[in-house]
Amino acid sequence: MNPDEIRKEVSEWLDANWTPDRSLIEWRNMLLEGGWAAPDWPEDCFGRGFNAEQAAVVNEVFAEKGAVSAAQVGPRRLAAETILVHGSEDQKKRYLPPILTGEHAWCQLFSEPGSGSDLAGASTRAELVDGQWIINGQKVWNTSAHHADYGILVARTDWDLPKHQGLSYFLINMRQPGVEARPLRQMNGHASFNEVFMTDAVIPAEDLMGGEGNGWAIATTTLSIERQGFARGRTPTASRKPTEGPIYQELATELEIANEPYTWYPQREGRIDLVLPRAKETGAIEDPAVRQEIARLMCLSNGARLAAASAAAQRKSGSNEVIPAGSIGKLGASVIARQAAHVHTMISGADAMLSGPDSAEEGMIAETLISVPAISIAGGTDEIQRNIISERVLGMPKEQRSDTGPFRDIKRNVT
Amino acid sequence: MQIEYTEDQEQFREVVSRFLQAKSTPIDVRRLMASNEGYDQAVWQQLCGEVGLAGTHIPEEYGGFGFGPIELGIVSEEMGRHLYCGPFFASSVMAGYALLNGATEAIKSAILPDIASGDRIATLVLDNLNNPEKVGSVLKANDEHVVSGTAPIVVDAHIADLLIVAASTSDGLGLYLVNADADGISIKPEEALDPTRKISRVSFDGVSSERIGGLNEESLNLTWDQICNALAHEMIGGAQHLFESTVEYTKVRVQFGRPIGSFQALKHRCADLLMELEFAKAATHHAAFCLATSEGEPFAASMAKAMASDTYMEAARAGVQLRGGIGFTWEEDTHLWYKRAKSSEVFMGSAHMHRERMMKMIEIAPSHNTGEQP
Repeated sequence: MNPDEIRKEVSEWLDANWTPDRSLIEWRNMLLEGGWAAPDWPEDCFGRGFNAEQAAVVNEVFAEKGAVSAAQVGPRRLAAETILVHGSEDQKKRYLPPILTGEHAWCQLFSEPGSGSDLAGASTRAELVDGQWIINGQKVWNTSAHHADYGILVARTDWDLPKHQGLSYFLINMRQPGVEARPLRQMNGHASFNEVFMTDAVIPAEDLMGGEGNGWAIATTTLSIERQGFARGRTPTASRKPTEGPIYQELATELEIANEPYTWYPQREGRIDLVLPRAKETGAIEDPAVRQEIARLMCLSNGARLAAASAAAQRKSGSNEVIPAGSIGKLGASVIARQAAHVHTMISGADAMLSGPDSAEEGMIAETLISVPAISIAGGTDEIQRNIISERVLGMPKEQRSDTGPFRDIKRNVT
Repeated sequence: MQIEYTEDQEQFREVVSRFLQAKSTPIDVRRLMASNEGYDQAVWQQLCGEVGLAGTHIPEEYGGFGFGPIELGIVSEEMGRHLYCGPFFASSVMAGYALLNGATEAIKSAILPDIASGDRIATLVLDNLNNPEKVGSVLKANDEHVVSGTAPIVVDAHIADLLIVAASTSDGLGLYLVNADADGISIKPEEALDPTRKISRVSFDGVSSERIGGLNEESLNLTWDQICNALAHEMIGGAQHLFESTVEYTKVRVQFGRPIGSFQALKHRCADLLMELEFAKAATHHAAFCLATSEGEPFAASMAKAMASDTYMEAARAGVQLRGGIGFTWEEDTHLWYKRAKSSEVFMGSAHMHRERMMKMIEIAPSHNTGEQP
């Protein structure tokens, strides 16, 4: 379908069906049935098989008409897109619709106190007892886990196999007695993440995804989806301007809950948008040293943007060249955030000693200065991205390993 | 505006690349850098005649191929990769653009076809290679078109037939045409840090010249941008060669019983360099796409040159360092590119100058943000 045909079809459908008087769930179930909840998903899986350009046309029309779309925000998309690739027909049918309607919030249960960068060293235990999986262990850095209904979980099902081969991927119900999520306070004062404790938590046999022992391969899919998100920048979508109708109130509540962990995310990216206005306002733009650093920042951020655009264009034109866009973009985001914080510090001078509502930009500069360390850690540290780039893109030889052989014999952290 | 090369442009790159791979090997480069002329006439004639590269960006009405800054960028990038030694940059790029932007119709029709065909070699005489604002501070022409003063760095003047001279006059910056063998001109070959790009000191002791036009602030800056676009492409090509050869070296060099490329200290340096290179390459290609349609950020060319300057030197430093002692020898080829990187770093403005030039443009056009949305 060409853009005009899509525009016509979606407009007609919205004209016939859209009204802000329905409840959120009722409306989103209509979206699901009409095939407009996820037009970029396959036709046999709630979508229309649209490419990115076609899907963008649909989004445009929705925005023009002020129509509410499927639930987007939070880790639910990581879960959905992974299930889309690796889930069984039954799993797709059971789990994908409530993600799109917003009935189910999800979280990601990968990192552990004892395995951060070394994700494949996870030691959360999954044992098959009487036809169901019993889970014991602790996870950490779990955004939104405190209000999640389900989680994507990586746990160890075999301790005698080498580490990558003994992992399995589960879909776990978070609303059960064996699962407890505790907020984890960060250095910037926010508590976006949680620790999740699992004590004899139960997962039905049918919620193992992709077969026993295939957890690492599936986790890799999730991680690459996540990394692309970092490179794009995951600024929370501003709430729609207040519009009359009960559905907008429901949506506002949903967004408020879902976006809550992300309010400081623009700050961890460095708030480049504030650099020139602040430099002009404070007069720092007259300082030749500051000017050099601002220009360096612009070189970096434009370079990153242009490199990503060029990589996307090459993918579209079907070139088979290995394009390192994900990890390079993630590494770039770190470098850019650090440079932006450096520039903000130069611009502010001693005012950077302040934080809170009386400080610059009502505290946003201070929050930037103490939030940027997060971006070079979350979603795989800079050092891990450099390993990925050097080994998978440049083909440099792998580091010699000391973690081969049965997992139970490998040196681990004492937990 | 374009964001990637078209298929035709990729094919064009293939043609250029094949030619240079055969005609500009490190052995050729070493032979030419040791010679006085610094270029191979037979190869230059083939390059101009059979392949037609000297007229890449020169309009068809003046005997060229009528392509633009994108195709010129492709040629320059491949020349930088293979460290091509010859008057292409001085004659086609520098003199060519100055004539296109500042000369009268009659002069363009008279001279550009010879530049495009390579029958005559021209060079652009600028008295300052650091900053467009300072051009014309030394070379002066009086109302009788008599040029005086010295340009300390002129690329390929020693083999030029024609000098296109930018000299200040009572009515702004004038362009003058002089034969290289005219009375009162002294062309003294200098020792160049980068022996693959020959440099002369050119002095004018009251030389009677022909006024052929002039460059105002806008056309001088456009000329500077166009030259920087080609130069940044050349630099990115060289940086890519250095980077690729260095990464390959770390895969085969064994120390402590393993390839040195398996050490994280080296892997991480290479990963950082790849990122810097990808960004600089994207910004450089973008500069050409902007110039081709006169759209986009007005500072695109300066951004490209600033990034290319830093990145080429970073690749050159890594090229020597990761090879260790052998990288510091004359016998190994890395120093050829290292010297081109160092020389290009400051040619047509350092990264520092170009960053300040960017900031000035941003202040004039405040709508251009820093590249990322909040």
